[in-house]
Amino acid sequence: MSKFQKKRGKSSPAISTASLPDIIFMLLFFFMVVTVLRDSTLKVSVNVPNATELTKLEKKSLVNYLYIGKPLQNYQDVYGTKPTLQLGDKISKIADIPLFLEQHKNTVPEAQRPGINSSLRVDGEVTMGIVSDVKTELRKSNQLKVNYSAKPKVD
Amino acid sequence: MPRTSSRDRMNNEINAGSMADIAFLLLIFFLVTTTIDVDKGVLVKLPPWSNEPPPELKLNERNVFSVLVNSENQLLVRNEPTDIDDLRERCKEFIMNPEGLKTLAKSPKQAIVSLKNDRGTEYKTYLLVYNELKAAYNELREEAAQSRYGKSFEYLTKDQQRAIRTDIPLVLSEAEPSDFGDE
Repeated sequence: MSKFQKKRGKSSPAISTASLPDIIFMLLFFFMVVTVLRDSTLKVSVNVPNATELTKLEKKSLVNYLYIGKPLQNYQDVYGTKPTLQLGDKISKIADIPLFLEQHKNTVPEAQRPGINSSLRVDGEVTMGIVSDVKTELRKSNQLKVNYSAKPKVD
Repeated sequence: MPRTSSRDRMNNEINAGSMADIAFLLLIFFLVTTTIDVDKGVLVKLPPWSNEPPPELKLNERNVFSVLVNSENQLLVRNEPTDIDDLRERCKEFIMNPEGLKTLAKSPKQAIVSLKNDRGTEYKTYLLVYNELKAAYNELREEAAQSRYGKSFEYLTKDQQRAIRTDIPLVLSEAEPSDFGDE
């Protein structure tokens, strides 16, 4: 005990917290840079399969997302349990794809339009029927660059 | 410059104590909204749509590597049932044809991979098959890069990559899916 009491006399002043905001700001900027704001709430369950030959999608603004999967539990009363397509925020029909692509195209400057990619986020359990229909519709609307979203395979 | 009064100079330090709180607030906001998962996937170029039926092509059967996937997710490669784990090796052997067999592709440039699935095929299987076929080509290009330039394919110059790509072109034709199985 006496050892502790001895030290109390010459205790050093409190640690300066002036640099704390700087550290926090540094973290903040890191997260601001890496962050991607959630663009749409999913109404279908999508669990993408694994693959090895992956390409990274570079420019987020040049990508439009098409989700295919079973509607989530709380939407099943309205949309049933069959796999459906979701464009943006709402569950859509395949015939809505051209309009959706056109709307996305209008947000992109003209010079960058050839680089537009479509990311197909499809649940692994879905059968190919609906996927083929979506692919056909994409081909008809001349959106030929497609990326089948997948997770990297862990061996 | 007008002289600042001594009073100003005395209290010119703003209390920065609450700055950390504000920064924390922002930090937590970004932490919550952030999605770290990077968007990766298998890149595919679809063929343009045309209303006319495709022209009848006379292809030498030895140059076609046909892969059929049925609604039970089973594979039929060149009329033999095959396991998906063997697909990559078989495809590579078919393209390069190291022993010069009469039944395999004449040259990598003439090799065509034809993929056909059913509407009842699971997407997972389809992507796995597509991935294996793409992997076969990527591995062959990598081998070509190593033997020709002694470097990995991704470190080659644009021209060297193009040269290899024209020697081993990825020709993957997808037929319209059949409609036998349940969706």
